[in-house]
Amino acid sequence: MPSLMTPPSTSRIQVRPAAEREGRKDYISIRDYGFWYGQKKALEAISLDIPERQVVAFIGPSGCGKSTLLRNLNRMNDLVDGIRHEGDITINGRSIYDPGLEVISLRRRVGMVFQKSNPFPKSIFENVVYALRVVGVRDRALLEEACETSLRKAALWDEVKDRLDDSALGLSGGQMQRLCIARAIANRPEILLMDEPCSALDPIATGKIEELIHELKEQFTIVIVTHSMQQAARVSDRTAFFYLGKQIEYDTTEKIFMNPSQAQTEAYISGRFG
Amino acid sequence: MSAPSDSSTPRGEAWVWFSGLGLIVGLGMVIGLLSLVFLNGATVFWAPPVPVAQLDDGRTLIGQLAQRRIRAGSPADQPKYERQYQVGLRELNGNSYLWVDEARIKAETFPADILGLERVENGPAFVRPQSLRRSDGQVVAIAEPAFEVAFQAEVAAASAVREKLVEITRHRIGDVNAAMEQSRVGLRRAEDLKLADEIAARKAEIAVLDERYALLQAEAAKVTAGGAVASLTAQDAAGREVVVPLTQVIRAWFPNRLDTWGRVKLYGSRLAEFIFDEPREANTEGGLMPAIFGTLVMTVFMSLLVTPFGVITAIYLREYAQQGPLLRIVRISVNNLAGVPSIVFGVFGLGFFVYVLGGSIDQLFFADQLKYNNNTPVFGTGGLLWCSLTLALMTLPVVIVATEEALAAVPRGMREASLATGASKWQTIRDILLPASAPGILTGVILAMARGAGEVAPLMLVGVVKLAPSLPFDGSFPFLHMDRKFMHLGFHVYDLGFQSPDSDAARPMVFATTLLLIILVVCLNLGAIWIRNRLRARFKGASF
Ligand SMILES: Nc1ncnc2c1ncn2[C@@H]1O[C@H](COP(=O)(O)OP(=O)(O)OP(=O)(O)O)[C@@H](O)[C@H]1O
Ligand SMILES: [Mg+2]
Repeated sequence: MPSLMTPPSTSRIQVRPAAEREGRKDYISIRDYGFWYGQKKALEAISLDIPERQVVAFIGPSGCGKSTLLRNLNRMNDLVDGIRHEGDITINGRSIYDPGLEVISLRRRVGMVFQKSNPFPKSIFENVVYALRVVGVRDRALLEEACETSLRKAALWDEVKDRLDDSALGLSGGQMQRLCIARAIANRPEILLMDEPCSALDPIATGKIEELIHELKEQFTIVIVTHSMQQAARVSDRTAFFYLGKQIEYDTTEKIFMNPSQAQTEAYISGRFG
Repeated sequence: MSAPSDSSTPRGEAWVWFSGLGLIVGLGMVIGLLSLVFLNGATVFWAPPVPVAQLDDGRTLIGQLAQRRIRAGSPADQPKYERQYQVGLRELNGNSYLWVDEARIKAETFPADILGLERVENGPAFVRPQSLRRSDGQVVAIAEPAFEVAFQAEVAAASAVREKLVEITRHRIGDVNAAMEQSRVGLRRAEDLKLADEIAARKAEIAVLDERYALLQAEAAKVTAGGAVASLTAQDAAGREVVVPLTQVIRAWFPNRLDTWGRVKLYGSRLAEFIFDEPREANTEGGLMPAIFGTLVMTVFMSLLVTPFGVITAIYLREYAQQGPLLRIVRISVNNLAGVPSIVFGVFGLGFFVYVLGGSIDQLFFADQLKYNNNTPVFGTGGLLWCSLTLALMTLPVVIVATEEALAAVPRGMREASLATGASKWQTIRDILLPASAPGILTGVILAMARGAGEVAPLMLVGVVKLAPSLPFDGSFPFLHMDRKFMHLGFHVYDLGFQSPDSDAARPMVFATTLLLIILVVCLNLGAIWIRNRLRARFKGASF
């Protein structure tokens, strides 16, 4: 894949046309959302709809709040002390802040892949089936089946099928990241959040994960944070550009990259700042 | 002064030497201490040749050289030495050890007929044997060629008699006594409650036991009489006649005739006795098995108690408690607990565990025992359980701090990954955090064990005794008797060194016991470290 080894310059960005599949247009809906870490306002007046079974990319300069927004979609930020939010986020019509909704069940429906791969110090098998063990699945056959499907989807099966009982910490960095993806999709969440999943990977591993995203979007709604314009262009259907905690522009990827309506977006994409 | 920039050694370099010096001093002290204990402790059981020394006042002594030192007040350039001999025969000499000015020794010879005896009472003896009276009454003189074979055979036979006696008096009569005790308590209770049937039953029980007791006594008397015939007639250094009944002899050897292999065998047999037998002669002789066992069991129990306690506390403090000033105060208090003198824990253990907890247990479950057995407490007195609990409390801060640090050191990503898959907090702690921090927790347990195994002061208050009549573990239900008092190596060292009537005789044992205690602690720690390394290996990754 020579094109992957030498990333194309911005002028040659190839844009995938937005494939409009049927599904709810406002599957994830963020409304007038603001968020504070203590006194510090990290997000301001975010409003965007993420359609079902599409890939949405969040781009923007470092510190603009992409991770913060992403981590709020499965309420990972609840771990941080002194946080506060305004506005609302709904998934399939239901607010994630609904007091009747358990955070745990929300997280079971919204899987997450982190920037830094974080496998558990357990065997490869146990890593993949962790989410199933957590909900109490004991049946060995079921676990094995889930392990194989997830690993196949994460394009890791062939590399690890003979060493499922080895420690996951013995894998390479890229394999670990794919293992984390397999782990995140093992319990078939509806939404997959990915925070710079390829930032520590070489172009070949990156390519594998991008292919994976294409396949996964048949079943999952995917939100991906990325610093690579090429990647955003290659994998996403829609792109949101943030700057200093504000949502500057949100549109189809084609529109954002070919014909942005905001000057800031244009400047960021063409590499003039950020 | 010239500019520091062109000097060949950077300015901070002096500190390297300084800190290196600190290391050397520290290492030197540790190595010095260990080698002192090792040299003194490991040579206790070695049997050197035993001289006959002629003194200038015409006296003669037979004895094993124990120490040699410079006489107090002798000039430094021409030091004068004095020697300490272990002459044994305490019943005749009044003392087992004798200091002699080296200048007064006229001649030293090593005659082959010197016999060393280890005896059940009155310590060792070094004598010149004359004749042997065998158990069939026949007398064999030293000159006869059959003497030595006959002698060793008789010693072995006498040992068998002694063991049989121990079996009868200690174990079988002991069992009868224990049963009798129970029956008497039952009888008193029945009389108090006027239960005619039970009174009769208990009385019958007691009659049976009385009969069994009398039988055992008769058997013991018979065995004793049978063993009383064989004896050794010998002369001490001054030519006085000494008659030693062979049942008194534990071991006999000819120190000046033994080859190296013989000495090694003797060493091995003494070492085995030291480790596997029970103490004799106010603990200055015999073995340390009860103390070794007590120390081990107590330390293991302490670890089993302190680990879950400490880990649960640390999990609460770290994962569940609301972080804030109150928690800070709790943490500071926990840390300060580590600095409280151990004797204070002993006092607390006595006041709370023994009197309050133990007292309540007795009131609740052993009320009959208390009422009908002269208020003899069961748990309301010092014992293994209270010792383990007291030391567990004392070492709790170590485990809490280690666990908290281990939990904090688990990468945040791992915790987030687990929560992100929909695991609950408790599942995350159980499945991810605890396994990942197990090596760190074990480090804390190792430190706690090291501190606990060497602790003596608090134990003296809550259940360690100089001489325990029985081990905390035996064949009778419930097999492990947590209420029993027990012996402990650390206390043994204190007791030998400072409480024993004959401190010279106790000296070698102090070193041997200390060495044993050190070895025991090292072994316990090595065991825990081995477990920790196995855990570590499981969590170690090839990449990153
Ligand atoms: N736990 C936290 N506590 C306080 N402030 C935080 C915390 N996490 C993030 N922030 C702040 O919130 C802002 C947004 O951070 P965020 O991590 O969302 O940025 P980002 O867009 O993901 O940046 P990057 O591309 O570098 O990952 C930053 O200014 C950051 O300093
Ligand atoms: Mg980020």
